Amino acid sequence: MAELDTSGGGKHKGGKVRTKKQSTRVDLTAMVDLAFLLITFFILTTTLAKPKAMELIMPDKDQDKQQLAVPASRTMTLLLGSNNKLLWFVGEPGKAAPQIEGYGKNDLRQTLIDQNKLITQASGGKPMIVIVSPSDKSTYNNVVTVMDELNIVDIEQRAIVDITPMDLDLLKKDNIY
Amino acid sequence: MPRVKVARKSTAIDMTAMCDVAFLLLTFFILSAKQKTQDPVKAAIPASTSVQVLPEHDFSTILIGNGKVFFGVEGTDVRKQTLQTMAAKYKISFTPDEINAFTGVESFGVDISQLKAYLDLPASQRSKVPQGGIPVDTTDTNQLYDWVHSARVANVFLHNKPLVIAIKGDKEEEYPTVQKVIATLQKQKVDRFNLITSLKSAK
Repeated sequence: MAELDTSGGGKHKGGKVRTKKQSTRVDLTAMVDLAFLLITFFILTTTLAKPKAMELIMPDKDQDKQQLAVPASRTMTLLLGSNNKLLWFVGEPGKAAPQIEGYGKNDLRQTLIDQNKLITQASGGKPMIVIVSPSDKSTYNNVVTVMDELNIVDIEQRAIVDITPMDLDLLKKDNIY
Repeated sequence: MPRVKVARKSTAIDMTAMCDVAFLLLTFFILSAKQKTQDPVKAAIPASTSVQVLPEHDFSTILIGNGKVFFGVEGTDVRKQTLQTMAAKYKISFTPDEINAFTGVESFGVDISQLKAYLDLPASQRSKVPQGGIPVDTTDTNQLYDWVHSARVANVFLHNKPLVIAIKGDKEEEYPTVQKVIATLQKQKVDRFNLITSLKSAK
């Protein structure tokens, strides 16, 4: 086994006086294991600490006027309100009852998956379009979380759009503005 | 059958050397981890599952914290060129010392009229001075627009590569400032940018 021998060899003293010499061998295996664990920890944390970048692509502002007709039936709108709550509806505002949700895995992600399935089935394979309208009271973290969830659920067509007064009214009605 | 007794030798290995190597490697990794750059404002970055890393060169960081905007570019030559372009545009002259000082500034957030005074301060005092942030009002072209534009032109001129714009924001930052920054970028037809996030698992 690994050992560090510092005993200096227990020499036999001879004679009647015999001091009890205990072995001072230190087993260094544990120390080496610890050192390698620390190395692994530092290697992993320095590579994880590098800030990651999440790409965000915005639609060209000038072409806003000649935007392609977005079929409302395939569009899901997310209005981000205050207190980490958001409101969503499919299609044009007012036609379907909006729902309020949190940003958790079981709330937003599940909703996105369900609606995506419904819409792709209903429209014969065409993907869902998501429009995100953050309000003034929503935080940057909310926007990043929504973008991240869209990436996880693999929804390619999305856009960040300025919020309209009509949307603000919807948020106010449900007290999340 | 008589049992043949094989002389058993000691299998103890002296691990001292191994231990030394292990600690040397550890020291190397601790020291080679890049020192954390001090941001002008504390920004707790949001988490996302994105695993793409920021490029090492040719990028600029727009830091948003407390409603203020800070700007920084990577690369001393790009910084120098950007400052010179801005100086020509705003008709302010910088001494060579100030230009040299600017090449060492990671990110700053002062109005260009106060930039000269800011650069005149010694480096240790710069972090103590309250910075008001770069003006980013959406009326027409603002200072941030000019900074980003000069940086992009400088980067293409010096490195022949397009500048990657990264936005670093605090989690609790309210959306209006972020929207103004994005609107400023969109005016320059910069439609692709990266948001700096920390890693989180998708579970």
